[in-house]
Amino acid sequence: MFDVFRHPSRRAFLAGTTAAAALGLSGRPAFANVNWKKYAGTKLEVNLTKSPRSENLQKYEKEFTELTGIQVSSEATPEQQQRQKAVIELTSGRPSFDVIHMSYHVQKRQFEKAGWLADLSGFMKDPSLTEASLVESDFSAAGLQYAKDEKGRMLSLPFSVDYWIIYWNKDLFAKKGLSYPETFEDLVKAAEALTDPKEGIYGFVARGLKNANVPVWSSFLHGFGGDFLDASGNLLTDSPEAVEAAKLYQRLLTKAAPPGVAGFNWSECQSAFLQGRIGMWLDGVGFAPPLEDPEKSRVVGKVGYGVMPKGPKAQASATFGDGIGVTAASKNKEAAYLYCQWAVSKLMGARLLQAGGGVPFRHSVLGDPEVRKGVKMPAAWTEAVAESAKISKLGLPVVIPVTEFRDIIGIALTNTLSGADPAAELKKATEQFKPVLERSEKA
Amino acid sequence: MTILVEQQPALIADANAAPPARDIARVSYWPFVLPAIVVVGSVIVFPWAFTLWMSLHEWRIGGAHSFVGLQNYLRLGTDPRFAEAAWHTLLYTALAVVAPLLLGTLAALIFNQRFPLRGLMRGVFVMPMMATPVAIALVWTMMFHPQLGVLNYLLSLVGIGPQAWVFHPASVIPSLVLVETWQWTPLVMLIVLGGLAAIPLEPYESAEIDGAGAFQKFRYITLPMIAPFLMVAVIIRTIDALKSFDIIYAITQGGPGTASETINLYLYSVAFAYYDVGYGSAIAVVFFALIIVLSLLLLYLRQRSKWADIGVGV
Repeated sequence: MFDVFRHPSRRAFLAGTTAAAALGLSGRPAFANVNWKKYAGTKLEVNLTKSPRSENLQKYEKEFTELTGIQVSSEATPEQQQRQKAVIELTSGRPSFDVIHMSYHVQKRQFEKAGWLADLSGFMKDPSLTEASLVESDFSAAGLQYAKDEKGRMLSLPFSVDYWIIYWNKDLFAKKGLSYPETFEDLVKAAEALTDPKEGIYGFVARGLKNANVPVWSSFLHGFGGDFLDASGNLLTDSPEAVEAAKLYQRLLTKAAPPGVAGFNWSECQSAFLQGRIGMWLDGVGFAPPLEDPEKSRVVGKVGYGVMPKGPKAQASATFGDGIGVTAASKNKEAAYLYCQWAVSKLMGARLLQAGGGVPFRHSVLGDPEVRKGVKMPAAWTEAVAESAKISKLGLPVVIPVTEFRDIIGIALTNTLSGADPAAELKKATEQFKPVLERSEKA
Repeated sequence: MTILVEQQPALIADANAAPPARDIARVSYWPFVLPAIVVVGSVIVFPWAFTLWMSLHEWRIGGAHSFVGLQNYLRLGTDPRFAEAAWHTLLYTALAVVAPLLLGTLAALIFNQRFPLRGLMRGVFVMPMMATPVAIALVWTMMFHPQLGVLNYLLSLVGIGPQAWVFHPASVIPSLVLVETWQWTPLVMLIVLGGLAAIPLEPYESAEIDGAGAFQKFRYITLPMIAPFLMVAVIIRTIDALKSFDIIYAITQGGPGTASETINLYLYSVAFAYYDVGYGSAIAVVFFALIIVLSLLLLYLRQRSKWADIGVGV
């Protein structure tokens, strides 16, 4: 706890409303009803995805132990490996962990269908387990949509949301006398005008690597008014809108992006942008902190944070989210729930937002002016987050075989970068994915 | 085994022992064989049989499973991604055997000469072999970066334009083979060096008397003499390259697109990313068959270049 007082930048936020929560964590009035010490001595195993979110949790883990007397042993592994490991352990029926950090956009349906998560609805209504401010209505609609199953049970707590925005280099734009694009058309124009291969400057960069690249296409797809599935669950991934989105993807990544982009994941995009030679980079808001870090970045103070431009039919920001839940097989469900509650608490949410490592789903964190004051990122970043929240749209379909969807569509998209026809590629991919989807629904 | 069992009764009968001989043979040998049978059964036979069994099922992690007969194998026949992966595997293996073989042999010939600091140079040369594949894969990924990587910087110094290396479908497999070659050339060198050390001097002396040139000596003496060693290197390299996973996964994950996806990587995706273990098992079975065929072929070739045939006593 004292750690917080040592950092002057956090004083503002401690002085504000969050101070109550901070005091609450020391067992004072704000949490009077909750008996935090009830499960003292319990040992919890926590399985996290390696990210700024998990770093934030691990950094302050001791505070949780001080508050509850619960010993935490947490493990953070990179996303892809963590997902595979978790699923295999959960399938065995005896997972080694009590708390699981999950990616809703990949795992929601799979986890629900398999019944791997404990129902938290009852805990949330129990005043001896749940602080008064933690109510469903404090989570954004997208968060609740993610966390609840078809029967309306809360199977996890919405943890962090990721909106896709455009990072843009204000210097490069100024040199060419350009302003931030309002529409897809402007986006293409600006990207191509900024590109100057002789100087090693490229107007646009985004993921070209298969699987990782699908959200880039989704961002365009929504703008063209398209969607992944229709109301009865049929694939729309070869619709005219989908093809338009793929064409735009192809055009931007072949005409305005650096060579080799077909193999870029976010980290290659980020390192290219950090060098100051990229006009625009489309990716999640969570990748912002290094851009403003003088040790890593050549573009400190020059970065603009733009909301996704308008498409011909709509303006939409592709949205993804993480949740944190308790495994159905856990023997320490209440203690594990306390951990989840702490992870999404106002104090931890404020810290996450202020460090720029993620955006909480809770209104009480985002809407708090005191919390906002402490945000280390430029105001434009916070603004882009708030604006994106208004136009958020799920960036991936809610189906079980999400990974296969991303691989198959992603391969089609990567193929367009070596000149393949977008319509033909999407048609082929859709045909290939169709039986996979049918099999998963049948199982 | 049969010989032992048959000989033993005779010995015991000579000693006029009372109990039936065959029973004693069983009792006295089984305990020694049992541990090996248990280990082989549990780590080789059982997983293998279980894989076969799973390959006949529609089996998804987290879902129910049902018997589908040969359906998974039929699906393989019409799966373009599998066919592509098989081709990549063969191409990758061929390149990753030939390149280290040529360079390793060359290096062995050089290191077989006497020159100052030879010991030190040999030590430095074998260092890549000792590094962890994933660690070197990460270093190479950085070096391959088209804008920030050191490889393109080095090329720019000699006036060659930037290359896309592992970031383009056309150059990805050769670039990965480059890493594999860098790491495994030293192994081939060590094997061949051993072969060179075993060659007697006499054939060279008589060749010189007969007026043979340097190339002729290499072609007609050195090469046939080290052929068995080369064969060993080929077998080790082929097995290694076929099952190569870490370097490819860490650098490209099979990308861009599926341009560097080998059977191993595809198998991994199907079983552990798509959780389709039934189909994944079918791929594993076919992959295993492919390895068996290649191994038999290599063994046949190895038989043909037996040590005794070329007169090197072993």
